[in-house]
Amino acid sequence: MLSPTGNTGDAIFRGLMFLVGLFMVSVVIAMVIALASDSMMSIRQFGFGFLKSLHWNPIKGEFGALPFIYGTIVSSLIALLISVPFSLGIAVFLVEQAPHYVARPIGFLVELLAAIPSVVYGVWGIFVLAPFLRVYIEPPTATLLGWLPLFQGPITGIGLLTGGIILAIMITPIISAVVRDVLAAVPGSQREAALALGATKWEMIRVVLVNGAPGIAGAVILGLGRALGETMAVTMVIGNRPEISLSLFAPSYTIASAIANEFTEATDDLYLSALVELGLILFLVTFVVNGIARVLVWNVTRKTGGVGRAA
Amino acid sequence: MSVWNRKFSIALSAALVSALLLVVACSPKGSGTTSGPIQLQGMGATFPNPLYQKWVSEYGKLNANIKIDYQSQGSGAGIKQIKEQTVDFGASDAPMKDEDLKSAPGELLHIPTVLGAVVITYNLVGVTQQLHFSPDVIADIYLGKIKKWNDSRIVADNSGAKLPASDITVVHRSEGSGTSAVFTDYLSKISPEWKEKVGAGPSPSWPVGIGGKGNEGVTGQVKNTPNTIGYVELAYAVQNKLPVALVKNSNGSFVEPSIDSVTAAAAASAGNTPDDLRVSITNAPGANVYPISSYTYILIYKNQKDATKGKALVDFLWWGIHDGQSFAKPLLYATLPADIVKRAEAKLDSITAAGVKLH
Repeated sequence: MLSPTGNTGDAIFRGLMFLVGLFMVSVVIAMVIALASDSMMSIRQFGFGFLKSLHWNPIKGEFGALPFIYGTIVSSLIALLISVPFSLGIAVFLVEQAPHYVARPIGFLVELLAAIPSVVYGVWGIFVLAPFLRVYIEPPTATLLGWLPLFQGPITGIGLLTGGIILAIMITPIISAVVRDVLAAVPGSQREAALALGATKWEMIRVVLVNGAPGIAGAVILGLGRALGETMAVTMVIGNRPEISLSLFAPSYTIASAIANEFTEATDDLYLSALVELGLILFLVTFVVNGIARVLVWNVTRKTGGVGRAA
Repeated sequence: MSVWNRKFSIALSAALVSALLLVVACSPKGSGTTSGPIQLQGMGATFPNPLYQKWVSEYGKLNANIKIDYQSQGSGAGIKQIKEQTVDFGASDAPMKDEDLKSAPGELLHIPTVLGAVVITYNLVGVTQQLHFSPDVIADIYLGKIKKWNDSRIVADNSGAKLPASDITVVHRSEGSGTSAVFTDYLSKISPEWKEKVGAGPSPSWPVGIGGKGNEGVTGQVKNTPNTIGYVELAYAVQNKLPVALVKNSNGSFVEPSIDSVTAAAAASAGNTPDDLRVSITNAPGANVYPISSYTYILIYKNQKDATKGKALVDFLWWGIHDGQSFAKPLLYATLPADIVKRAEAKLDSITAAGVKLH
């Protein structure tokens, strides 16, 4: 293969880069094949019923994934609902409002949060967050909003809500760091133009946010990806109960936690196969959610033509 | 394109090629080298891990030419790896099932090493006296049938305790664990309803409660949430000074979990321990017996492929069930009763390599 410039070095380099790229793709394909082949036994046994069944009972050999899928998606949604407004606020403050001597240290601290290992978040969740929610947050919520099925049932501080909140705390630094970079990349001329037209600061910030929309969406996808796959911190506070309950106070379970929790002591083949199939499902869920998010980003990009690209 | 750029691209290519080569070269090879010290690989249960690590280091001081590596990946991993013959010995808290033994490529022996117990712990503000539980009460709490702390059946065993009228929050292990296997094995023995509805195993489908990850996760949730009940390993409860409950045994007496009451359970069960030593000693008879106790085992093939490694392994286990027992008590494991040591000796004596006895 000759490069357009006819340079052999270039050709070799391009070939190598092609191989490296191919290697990445083949790892993904190999992973899917391995997951699918190892979960064959469970797929044959349960078929589509695996996705619909509510029962997970290793002793009786009954395996169903629905409670795990529900827990994974709902905990990630709670995380996004809490985290996105916070992250946008942090980024807007750092880029548009804070003086340099404030923005630097705060930006640094936010990035530091992203580097904390998830097990540390988990321990903090058990010893600080869960008791705090149990004593100060959940009882008033139940009193005020107890007529909603979302906030009923016994209050223990451990459950879907706590899992979602800890995820929110974990993904906020990631989203806000990326959004900050996106906003910083919006050309100053946009701001000057808005202000010159008589826009208030708030209106100017809105212009900047709309310009950065695709990049912001990319940041959210990045955060969502982490939330969907997060294992350790969530498993320590979510209650680990494979059950679908409308209440956010009730214990729940995520796919990643289930795999991590049950893999070590799973001895029989069907059980192992069912756990691998959970892994395959997590792979597919992540794939589908990312796909949907990307389509959304693409739509927004087409309309606004702003700066920044989806991650 | 400048010369510098070309040089850079060549250098980068070279770096990548060498990185790839390095990856290939570093891929694991078989660990069958016999020169140098004898290497023994073990994998399995996490419960006896602190003791096995102590054994490995103490035995290493006595025998510099033997290197033992024990990885605590869980009983499931131990059984799987010994069946696939990727390790020299496996370790499991629960004895292997008949079908697992049948599908193994050779005859596997169970060598009991020490014993452990599962204790009931709780968090009740204002209750200072140690709680007492009857077996059926524990089962019904974990079945969700007893919902309040001041239930008449709890009160009946704890006269004088100021039990609150609040809901019981049940805590159990979230991950598959030998501790849960022992606990549910016990509940299956004392409650027909538990046996039918839930059964025994490392990851049962719990009727009620929240799951904590590991002994530390269960402890964390019990310590931080009032009105909870949970179960943890004896050693963990003692080290963390958790409140532990007395449990009524099959003789009708309430017994506090301790190293001695666990060894008593093993001694009391010696009579009905089968020849292959695979036995559940929960709910054992006897006055001083703590009823939620169990052995932990090392799994080893009766016919060893490599005589040198096989001999080293048998010698190590022989040392473990004799001299090694002295390290058990400081680490809060219960030691083997004398007649079980005798029977484990016979098992070790039966191990051969190419038809030749190793001990």
